[in-house]
Amino acid sequence: MSENSSSRKMLSLVLLAAGVAGMVVSLVMDFSGGGSPVRGPLLIIGAIAFLIGLYLFPTVEHHRGIINFIFLFPLLFTFAVTVIIPLLLGIFYSFTDWNGIKFTGFIGLTNYTTMFKDPAFIWSVLLTFLFVVFNMVLVNLVGFSLALLCTSKLKGVNFFRAAYFLPNLIGGIVLGYIWQFAFNNVLVQITAAISGHQNSVLANTKTAFMAIIVVYIWQYAGYIMLIYVTGLTTVPKDVLEASQIDGANAWTTLMKIKVPMIASTITICTFLTLTSAFKQFDVNMALTNGTGSVTDFFGSYLTNGTQMLALNIYNTAISKNNYALGQAKAVLFFIILACVSIIQVRISNKKEVEM
Amino acid sequence: MEMKKSRKIILTVIGIIVAIYTLFPFYLVVMNTFKNANSIVASPVGFEGVSFSQLMTNLSSVVNNSNFNFWYAFGTSVIITVISLVVLALFGGMAAWVICRNKTKWSTAIYMIFIASMIIPFQVVMLPLISTFRDVGNFVGISLLQSIPGIVFAYCGFGGAMTVFILTGFIKGIPYELEEAASIDGCSPEGTFFRIIFPLLTPVITTVTILNGMWIWNDYLLPSLMLGQNGKVKTLPVAVQAFVGSYVKQWDLILTAALLAIIPMVIIFLIAQKQIMNGMVEGAIK
Repeated sequence: MSENSSSRKMLSLVLLAAGVAGMVVSLVMDFSGGGSPVRGPLLIIGAIAFLIGLYLFPTVEHHRGIINFIFLFPLLFTFAVTVIIPLLLGIFYSFTDWNGIKFTGFIGLTNYTTMFKDPAFIWSVLLTFLFVVFNMVLVNLVGFSLALLCTSKLKGVNFFRAAYFLPNLIGGIVLGYIWQFAFNNVLVQITAAISGHQNSVLANTKTAFMAIIVVYIWQYAGYIMLIYVTGLTTVPKDVLEASQIDGANAWTTLMKIKVPMIASTITICTFLTLTSAFKQFDVNMALTNGTGSVTDFFGSYLTNGTQMLALNIYNTAISKNNYALGQAKAVLFFIILACVSIIQVRISNKKEVEM
Repeated sequence: MEMKKSRKIILTVIGIIVAIYTLFPFYLVVMNTFKNANSIVASPVGFEGVSFSQLMTNLSSVVNNSNFNFWYAFGTSVIITVISLVVLALFGGMAAWVICRNKTKWSTAIYMIFIASMIIPFQVVMLPLISTFRDVGNFVGISLLQSIPGIVFAYCGFGGAMTVFILTGFIKGIPYELEEAASIDGCSPEGTFFRIIFPLLTPVITTVTILNGMWIWNDYLLPSLMLGQNGKVKTLPVAVQAFVGSYVKQWDLILTAALLAIIPMVIIFLIAQKQIMNGMVEGAIK
């Protein structure tokens, strides 16, 4: 036993020392500009050796602590590198003239004032709010109605449920192109036959915006429906029976019993649709790519008639190569979403207290 | 509650109409992959011009298209999704267990940061993310951009918060006595986790795997930024986007590509319908 533990201790110390040495050597190589191809693998192998050494370290009282550290490390490390550091850098860059690779100086709030002077951006913001409001109402109404349908005692309810949910499986880019085809090639033929109208709905800003809403509802209502179905099945059967005996009709039962009893589900769905509509990007990009003319928006002519906020941020940074401005817009986007989430948490907490 | 027969019929009809509407785009895709470009434009809805040999022609011209490189993109997507899901389930489970079973200031703080980070939209981190990854990649001498390990790393970071959130809720419900008993029997903490806790997590890991899997498989923005539009490595959504960009209005090719991108998801859905629908709901409610 003691021999085993002493050899384990040796191994642990050797690994710890080798790990530290490996990491130090690779860092030295990096800072001295050696550019040796082994420094990367050396750093990683060093870190792994260090962790294994730590794991083998023969201690009873600290073993739990070491395991906690090793278990948390991978996720925290990736999380820090992909979320926390970029977030802090991003807020910082929004006050500079960053070009995606480096920045030369601080320019204060210039990015923020620039974006509010840009009518195209104001248009995108207003359009996004309009889109969010429309979707929040429509997706919830459609989803809820479909949920009522799917919880009624009809034949084929399971098929309906699956059929309504199916669009949610498809990524926004692919379904955007499928709908582009449906609008440009199928719907045009139908409208041409009925009214002789040859233009695609996507060619006009207003109808294209409605088309995005239709596609979004098509994609998202099935998902919201599923959540409502789960909510509706929690409404106790005896309460429904009691209301029926008291002579309540279907509408009264719905409004006075079902809706109040699934209030928390309604809150969840409202905020789900709200945040996801805000972040809408893929469908917007694939369906219209934000194009569409607005002849007079506070005296200026716009060409981004259907461009929503997320796509505006992307185009500002990637297509127009204005990283700092795009980043400032993204920070604003973040602040709006954070406010929405805080309101949501407030409301849900209040509800829980009431219940 | 018995419904009147007339109402039942009306509801069924409404249900069928909505189902036709939701399934119609799928019908369009499937039907038109059986046609050549001219028939698609002439009659996009009907059966005219449908032939099996045309399907084969369309499929082979898309699959063998060197710009699209279907099998390569498909394989890349499968590899990225599968590795990310395994890594997220394993590391997420480990982290959630530590957070849940240690009631210290640190674990609470880490948990709070994870929860709070879920409101961060991708747009606010995407631009610095690319530069950070470029810098880290240069630093360690391994490219994180345009590489599969880099994108798995990113998914691990972005999916971590939600995974930990859902798993923590589940682990709280596992009686702590189980772990105490294991510890008295001489089981090490890591042994307790891998032999006792982790196997118990199976149902909830199914849930997070479905949620993460749907997101990673369909995600466009992150891979398009990290891998680049015309990079060597492409996931399926990025390949479809690039392909459509270079074949504007060639609907026979575009719709066939769309069909190929949809099929894997639909097949998985048909196999695991119940789990997927339940998983999506559980993820939303928690």
